[in-house]
Amino acid sequence: MKLAYYPGCSGEGTSKEYDVSTRAICEALGFTLTDIDDWSCCGSTPGHSLDHALSGALSARNLALASTMEADCVVTPCPSCLSNLKHAKHRMEDPAFKAKVDELLDEPTPALPEPYSVLQVIVEKLSMEEIAAKVKKPLKGLKVACYYGCLMVRPPKVMQFDDYENPMSLDNLLVALGAEVVPFPLKTECCGASLGVVDKEVTSKLSGRILERAKQFGANCVVSACPLCQMNLDLRQSQAEEAMGQKFELPIFYYTQLLGLALGLDDSALMMNKLVVSPHALLKSLDAPAEAVAPEAKAEPKAEDKSDEGAAS
Amino acid sequence: MRIGIFVCHCGSNIEATVNTAAVAKKSLEYPDVVFATDTMYTCSEPGQDSIVEAIKEHQLDGVVVASCSPRMHEATFRRTVQRAGINPYMFEMANIREHVSWIGKDKDANTNKSAELVLLASEKLRNNRPLFPQQFDVTKRVLVIGGGVAGIQAALDCADGGIDVVMVEKTATIGGKMAKLDKTFPTIDCSSCVLSPKTVDVSQNEKITLHAYSEIESISGFVGNFTVKIRKKSTYVDWTLCTGCGSCIEKCPSKKNPDAFNEGIGTTTAINIPYPQAIPKKATIYADVCRKLRDGKCGVCAKVCPTGAIKYDMVDEIIEEQVGAVITATGYDQMDWTQLGEYGAGKLPDVVTGLQYERLLSASGPTEGHIKRPSDGLEPKSVVFIQCVGSRDKSIGRPYCSGFCCMYTAKQAILTKDHVPESQSYVFYMDIRAPGKMYDEFTRRAMEEYGTEYIRGRVSTIQPHIRPDGVVGYMVRGADTLLGQPVEIDADLVVLAVGVEGAQGAAQLAEKLRISYDQYGFFMESHPKLKPVETNTAGVYLAGVCQGVKDIPTSVSQGSAAAAKVMALFSKPKLQSDPQIAFVDIKRCIGCGKCITVCPYQAIKEVSFRGAPKAEVVGTVCQGCGLCNATCPQGAIQVAHFTDNQLLAEVNALCQF
Amino acid sequence: MEVIQLDKARNTNFLKEVEAESGQKLSTCYQCGNCTAGCPGGEFYDRQVSQIMRAAQLGLKEEALGNRSLWLCLACSTCSARCPNEIDVAGVMETLRSMARREGYVNDRPIESFWKAFLDMVSMNGRTFEAGVMADYMLRTGRGWSNLAMAPAALAKGKMPFFPHRIKGRKEVARIFKRYAEKRS
Repeated sequence: MKLAYYPGCSGEGTSKEYDVSTRAICEALGFTLTDIDDWSCCGSTPGHSLDHALSGALSARNLALASTMEADCVVTPCPSCLSNLKHAKHRMEDPAFKAKVDELLDEPTPALPEPYSVLQVIVEKLSMEEIAAKVKKPLKGLKVACYYGCLMVRPPKVMQFDDYENPMSLDNLLVALGAEVVPFPLKTECCGASLGVVDKEVTSKLSGRILERAKQFGANCVVSACPLCQMNLDLRQSQAEEAMGQKFELPIFYYTQLLGLALGLDDSALMMNKLVVSPHALLKSLDAPAEAVAPEAKAEPKAEDKSDEGAAS
Repeated sequence: MRIGIFVCHCGSNIEATVNTAAVAKKSLEYPDVVFATDTMYTCSEPGQDSIVEAIKEHQLDGVVVASCSPRMHEATFRRTVQRAGINPYMFEMANIREHVSWIGKDKDANTNKSAELVLLASEKLRNNRPLFPQQFDVTKRVLVIGGGVAGIQAALDCADGGIDVVMVEKTATIGGKMAKLDKTFPTIDCSSCVLSPKTVDVSQNEKITLHAYSEIESISGFVGNFTVKIRKKSTYVDWTLCTGCGSCIEKCPSKKNPDAFNEGIGTTTAINIPYPQAIPKKATIYADVCRKLRDGKCGVCAKVCPTGAIKYDMVDEIIEEQVGAVITATGYDQMDWTQLGEYGAGKLPDVVTGLQYERLLSASGPTEGHIKRPSDGLEPKSVVFIQCVGSRDKSIGRPYCSGFCCMYTAKQAILTKDHVPESQSYVFYMDIRAPGKMYDEFTRRAMEEYGTEYIRGRVSTIQPHIRPDGVVGYMVRGADTLLGQPVEIDADLVVLAVGVEGAQGAAQLAEKLRISYDQYGFFMESHPKLKPVETNTAGVYLAGVCQGVKDIPTSVSQGSAAAAKVMALFSKPKLQSDPQIAFVDIKRCIGCGKCITVCPYQAIKEVSFRGAPKAEVVGTVCQGCGLCNATCPQGAIQVAHFTDNQLLAEVNALCQF
Repeated sequence: MEVIQLDKARNTNFLKEVEAESGQKLSTCYQCGNCTAGCPGGEFYDRQVSQIMRAAQLGLKEEALGNRSLWLCLACSTCSARCPNEIDVAGVMETLRSMARREGYVNDRPIESFWKAFLDMVSMNGRTFEAGVMADYMLRTGRGWSNLAMAPAALAKGKMPFFPHRIKGRKEVARIFKRYAEKRS
C-alpha cells in the first residue's frame, strides 16, 4: 500500500525517534511511505487558536500537494497535525469557509484527500492476528498503560476513529505484540499540551496525574502516539514528579518503537536512546523466548460482568 | 338538496384573521346552499340550537360547519344534526382554524381559503349518503398485558366489577418493577409489603386467569371481539404439580448465573423462583444455563422433586383466548447506559444503576439488605448519586426527563444514611423535579435531616483509582455550577439514575395491537389531554409507564382509569360498528385478491359468487383505512363516506379556481 | 462584585456574532456544567467554561471575552464530546478567543506571544523548530526560563536542532500569512 507521508515539524526535532521508527515499521509491515514534497507546517495549536481560516490554509497547502501524488491515502504520525489536516478538510466542505481559505492561498484548493493517522491505517488494514504472526520478540514483561491523548479520538465527528471514551486500538495492538496492558482510566485525558512552555504548572499537574494513575494500576511504562504527549510525559517527567511529590521513572515509548522492537527491528530504527527516561533497564528484563502470542487475548479492564440480562427474560 | 352553512368565529380564534361573514355570504352562491350564517361559538349550546332551528326552518337535509378540526367536534355536530332528524353522515366539517386562521395572518387570503374549504365540504356533502351503524355482541372478558402494579390494579378493578380477566406476564412472576424496590417515596413504606396483598389477590381471585412466563403471539379481531393467541413459554416444570417447595433450587448445581430479578447483582441457579413472595410461586428452568437442557448431563432437579413436576421435554404451548378489550401495562426498562463510556460503559463493578441499588438495599436482595459494593463487599462510606444518566441528553437521543429519578434518588440517599449512619451521600443534579404531594418536602428532608449533599451540575466522568491502602476508589469529576467550580469526590460506590424507555419488545407488541408508539417505545394515547387512557384502536387501553414515565401512584390511578373504561365499554348490551368501512361493488370486482393481501386487519375474505372469486368485507373487522380502495385496479372496493366520487367532488371543487 | 444591569448590559449583537462564527446555538445550553466538570484546564481558569457559556448566552461581552481562561483552553474537546446538548463548546471557546484577540481583550500576553513566536517561525521558514520558537518567545516576554531546565536533556538527546529546516515553498507560506494579516487589518 502506498502512503503519502506528512511527517510534521516535531519529527525533525523533539520526536525524531517517532519519525524514524514510524518509517521503519511501515516498511516492515509493507506500507510504502513517500514524503509530501516540500511539506510545510500545519500551524499546530497556535494556528487554529488564532484563526480557523489561517489554520485551514496552512493545512490545505499540504493536502493539495498530497492530492497530486499517486498514493492510496495520506497519513501522518502526529495527532496534532492530523487534527488540523482533518479539520481543514472537514470545514472546507462548507463553501463559505473554503472561500475564506482560498483567499489566503496562491491558488484555489482542489478536492482534498482525507488524511489518516499511521496508527489507524495499521490497525484497520492489518488484523491483529497478522501482526501477531510477524512478532519475532514478544514484549513479555512489559506492563503498558496505553495513553491516547485528546486529539487522536476527539472530536469524534471529525476524527472518526476508535471509541472516544475508551479507545482500544493501542491496547489491542500491544496485546498482539505480547505485552500486558493495564487498565487505564485516563486514556484520553489531556496532558497539558503546549501550555508547558508558558505555564509549567499546567502540564506538570495534568501529566503528573496521568503518570500517577498509570503507576497505580501497575504499569512499568506508558505508550503514546503523540509527540507532544510524549514530550510532556518524558522530557517533562521530572517537572511532573516535582509537582506530584513522587518518583515515577516510567519510560514513555512511542507505540512505533515497541512495534518495531517486537518485529525485531534494529535499534537504529527504534532510537530508544532518544528517550529521556531511560528504558534500558526495563528492556533488558525482556529476555523472554520468542513464542507465539495468542491473538485472541483481548485487553479489557478487569471488571465483573454486570450485564443485567439474566437467565430470565 | 338543501344545504345550510355555519361559519364559526371560535371567539377570536378564527374571527381575528378570517372574515367569517364574508365566507358565509360567499357560500350562498354555492350549489344547493339555501342558508348560511356566521356564529360566535357554534359548538356552544346556543350555537347548536341555532343549527337545529335552521334545519327545521329551512328544511335542510345537509349541514356544513366551518370551524375547528373534526377531531375536536365532528362527533358533537353529528349528534346535533341527528337531534334535528338528519342522518349524522349528512354533515361535513371545514377546518378553517388549524388549517387557516392559526397558520396565516393575511385576512383576505384566509377568507378566500376558508370560502374554498367550505365549497369543498359542501361539494362532498352533495355526494354523501345516509349511513347506518351495525350492532354486534361484546365478549365481556378483558386481557391485561403486563403484571406490574398498573396491570395488577387494572385487573383487580375489572374483576371487582364482575369482569373476567386474562392476565399475561412476560416473566415468571408478577409484581413488575415495584416488586424489586426496597421502599417507596415519599412515605418510605416497604414496597413489597404494600404490593404483596395485591399480587396475592390476583392469584386468588376467581375472576382472574394468570398466564405468567407467557407472551402475546398475536391479536386479531376488533373491539368487543378480539382473539388472542398466547405463547406459554416452556418452564420445564409442570406448574400444576409444583408446590414451590424449593428442593430443586437448593440442589441445582448450576449456581453462577446472573440473577435477573436482582438486576444482575449476585447469581442464581438455573432452576429458580425469582423471589420469596413471587406469584405464582412456581419454579422455572432457564434452558440457556441448565446443564441438563444444554449438555444433557445432570437431571438433579428431577431426582429431588417430590411431586415429579420437572419435565425436560416440555415445549412452548400456544393457547387462545377470546376477549372484548385489552389493557396494556407493559411498563418500562432502563435505557442502555453502557453506551456511556465516560461512566465506565458498564465495566466498573461499583458503578450501579438505581434499580441495582434497590436490590442492594432490599432485605430479599443478594446482600440481604446490607449495602455492600459488588467488587469487594466493602460497606460504602461515600456514595455518589448521579441524576439524568441517559435523560435530558440530546446527544444520545434521549431528550426527555425520566420523571421519577429525582424522587427515588432522594429516597435512596435517605436509606443509605439509615443503613450506614456514618456514610455521606452526594447527589449530582441539574434540577430537582418534585411536583407530587409531599414530594418536595421529601427531598428537603434528604438534605436537612439526612445531610445529603446536593451538588448542582452534571458529572463529566467516573475514573477508578487505587488509594494508598490498596482499595479501589472512584474519582467522580463533576461541577458545582452554583459555586462555579469543578469538583471531585472520591466515592466508594456510584449509583446512576438511569433514564427509562418503553419496555423491551414494546414496539413489537404495539404492532400486534395496531396502536401507535414513539421512538422511545412509549405507546401513544388517543389524545394527550382528554384521552390519556385510550389508544387509536378501539378497545385497547393503556395503563402505567408503557404510555409515558410516571410514578407508582399515577400508574395505579391509570390502571384504575383503564379498568373504568373497560367497564363502561362492557356496560353496553351491544356495540355499534362505525359504518365508514369498505364495501365491494360485486359487478366490478375481478377477484384478483390484491385487497386481501394489503388489508392490515384481515378484514377481507375471498368468496365464490356464481363460480367466480370475489372479495367480501367483514364489516365488524374493517377499520376503514382505505388501503384496499387505493390498491383495487377496478375501483370496485370503496370506503363508505370516502368513496372515489366523494373525494373527486372535493378535488373538482378546488381545481376550478 | 457589582450588580449587572442585565437589561442594559446585554449585547444581543455580540451573541449573534458568536453564534454565527461558531455555528453553535447557545440557547441550547442548559447550564448543566458538564463542560466545567470535565475541563482539564478548569483548575487554572479564572472563569469556568460553563460560566463563559452563560456570559455569552446573556450577551455579556466583557464577561465572555475578558478572562484568562480563553487563553488557557487546551482545545482537548472533552467539553464538546460530552456536552448533552451537542454544542461544540471548544469551538465556541475558540471563537471567543479569536474575537477577544481581534477586539483587544488579550488576557494572557505570554501565551499569545508564544503563539506569535511559533507562527512567525512558520511564516519565515515554512516549518517550525523548537529552539528558535523558544528563543523568540523568551526574548519577547522575558519568561519561559523554566523551559531552560529541560534544554540540556533535549540537547543531549539531539532533539533540539539549532537551525530551522527552510522549505523551498517558504515564500508561498509567507504569502498566506501576509494575506491573513492584510485581511485582519
